[in-house]
Amino acid sequence: MPEENKDTTAKEAPAAPASGRKPLFSASPHITSDETVPKIMWTVAAACAPALFVGVYFFGPAAALVTGVCVASALATEWAATRFFLGRKETTITDGSAAVTGILLAFCLPSSVPLWQAAVGAAIAVFIGKTVFGGLGCNIFNPALIGRAVMLAAWPAAVSGAAFLEKTASGALSLPSAVARVPNFVDAMTQATPLAAIKEGKFDASACPSWHDLNNLFIGRCGGCLGETSALAILVGGIWLLFRKIITWHIPVVYIGTVFVLTLAAKAPDAFKQQSMEPVLYMLQWSLFHVLAGGLFLGAFFMATDMVTSPMTGAGKIVFAAGAGALVVLIRFLGGYPEGVCYSILMMNMVVPLIDRFIKPRKFGTAGGPK
Amino acid sequence: MSSANKSVWAEFTKGLLKENPILVIMLGCCPTLAVTTCAINGIGMGAAATFVLLCSNIFIAVLKGVIPGKVRIPVFIVIAAGFTTIVDLLMHAFTPDLYKALGIFIPLIVVNCIILGRAEAFASKNGILPSIADALGMGLGWTLMLVFIGSFREFLGSGTVLAGTPLETAVFGENQFLLLILPPGGFILMGFIMAFSNRFLKKSA
Repeated sequence: MPEENKDTTAKEAPAAPASGRKPLFSASPHITSDETVPKIMWTVAAACAPALFVGVYFFGPAAALVTGVCVASALATEWAATRFFLGRKETTITDGSAAVTGILLAFCLPSSVPLWQAAVGAAIAVFIGKTVFGGLGCNIFNPALIGRAVMLAAWPAAVSGAAFLEKTASGALSLPSAVARVPNFVDAMTQATPLAAIKEGKFDASACPSWHDLNNLFIGRCGGCLGETSALAILVGGIWLLFRKIITWHIPVVYIGTVFVLTLAAKAPDAFKQQSMEPVLYMLQWSLFHVLAGGLFLGAFFMATDMVTSPMTGAGKIVFAAGAGALVVLIRFLGGYPEGVCYSILMMNMVVPLIDRFIKPRKFGTAGGPK
Repeated sequence: MSSANKSVWAEFTKGLLKENPILVIMLGCCPTLAVTTCAINGIGMGAAATFVLLCSNIFIAVLKGVIPGKVRIPVFIVIAAGFTTIVDLLMHAFTPDLYKALGIFIPLIVVNCIILGRAEAFASKNGILPSIADALGMGLGWTLMLVFIGSFREFLGSGTVLAGTPLETAVFGENQFLLLILPPGGFILMGFIMAFSNRFLKKSA
């Protein structure tokens, strides 16, 4: 009898220690899985490794130092906050979620950021981004992006400035003099990050980014935050996460695709005024530029796909990602900031409960869906 | 007589903590968020509102028998508007800098929830003496919170203490936590202050 079965399981099950609520069991069969929070989180942390290596290669040891400080501060805050603020006995720092928050926050900071600011930012990310909502799983917003948004509002100069390091002939890493070193980019550029250059009008609007520039952006040879510049490295980590089924294809593909398509549309009026280039090539190169520049890849693979703060269903994820992509293009083309990935994801985080309310998974056993 | 004194004293002290306008009854939050970017704004705003609150409480306590119940809210507002105009003109004449800093929030004292809230909840039901005590307590409690929030935001956000007063001191000149003098910083800080007061003050009360 299924009901008797249910009762016995409930009696044998140990009572949940912290909440005092009895765990709910249904009749067998049960599907078991060895996917646990620590396992998922440490996999995500490992997937960040390629981007971290590339960051250290291009920006020097400072990149590793900033990442280390962010992780240490996030872990310390997580320990203190769950212990003294949430009043829980068991520690949650080994589940890796705070470490991932620290790594992702560091990835959207420039390597030149003062270390104490990075530490404060990581502490805020964990505390305001996660603890005040009740800990992991209860947060509305992506904690790392909360940290980034707070730091951007608090110390705009330190967080948006970007240093770029390049291997000199002698092989030693050195700080470049402003942008002169950004290799083979556009001559007129005087700001380190490509998107900031466009926003400030220092990028000749009629000049189209060349394939060479796009190649540099793809590899990560450009100014920017320490973990966001290399689309290639993020792609490597992201594809591994896809392969491990920790993220699904919906958010990265739709997010990047929306930015690509909307940039094509936005650049079309200019393209047909071009004398020197094929309109299609012009549009394509601009679209690729907008896809590769800034933090879009980092946001698409690591930030927007956060399990807690993204919709549950595939269709919901597509709506979420398309909205975020549209916001990125709106902010980049019309807004005051050069880059919109951070705010686009935070804004779409807010409507996730709404998306989940309207797009529900089909109930098991109802072939035609609920009428 | 002594018990009457005691109750007047109780009406005064309740506004400081137990029924603090910001911490507990959550009135007057809009000007609180808007003007508390520095301590001197808090002092000015608190003093102006306390004056209006005191005068309107006295008037309403006196006139409560004559005011028809159906139109009492408009009457309360007209009384508050009269005193707000006085404050507005006085501050414009004697403290022009503060007047400029507080801007629209001086005339908006008319519709400040604390004024109307105390008129409706207290002065229209009580005598003159308790109403005076109530107004002073509520006004002081609100002012203290404004100065506290203002000092905090000013210290971290601008790196100064008591800017705009003779005691002005610059504590640090760079790396100010700019977020705190922006509106979102005000919301975040006020949220934390309320959370901590709920956690620690309500227990003892």
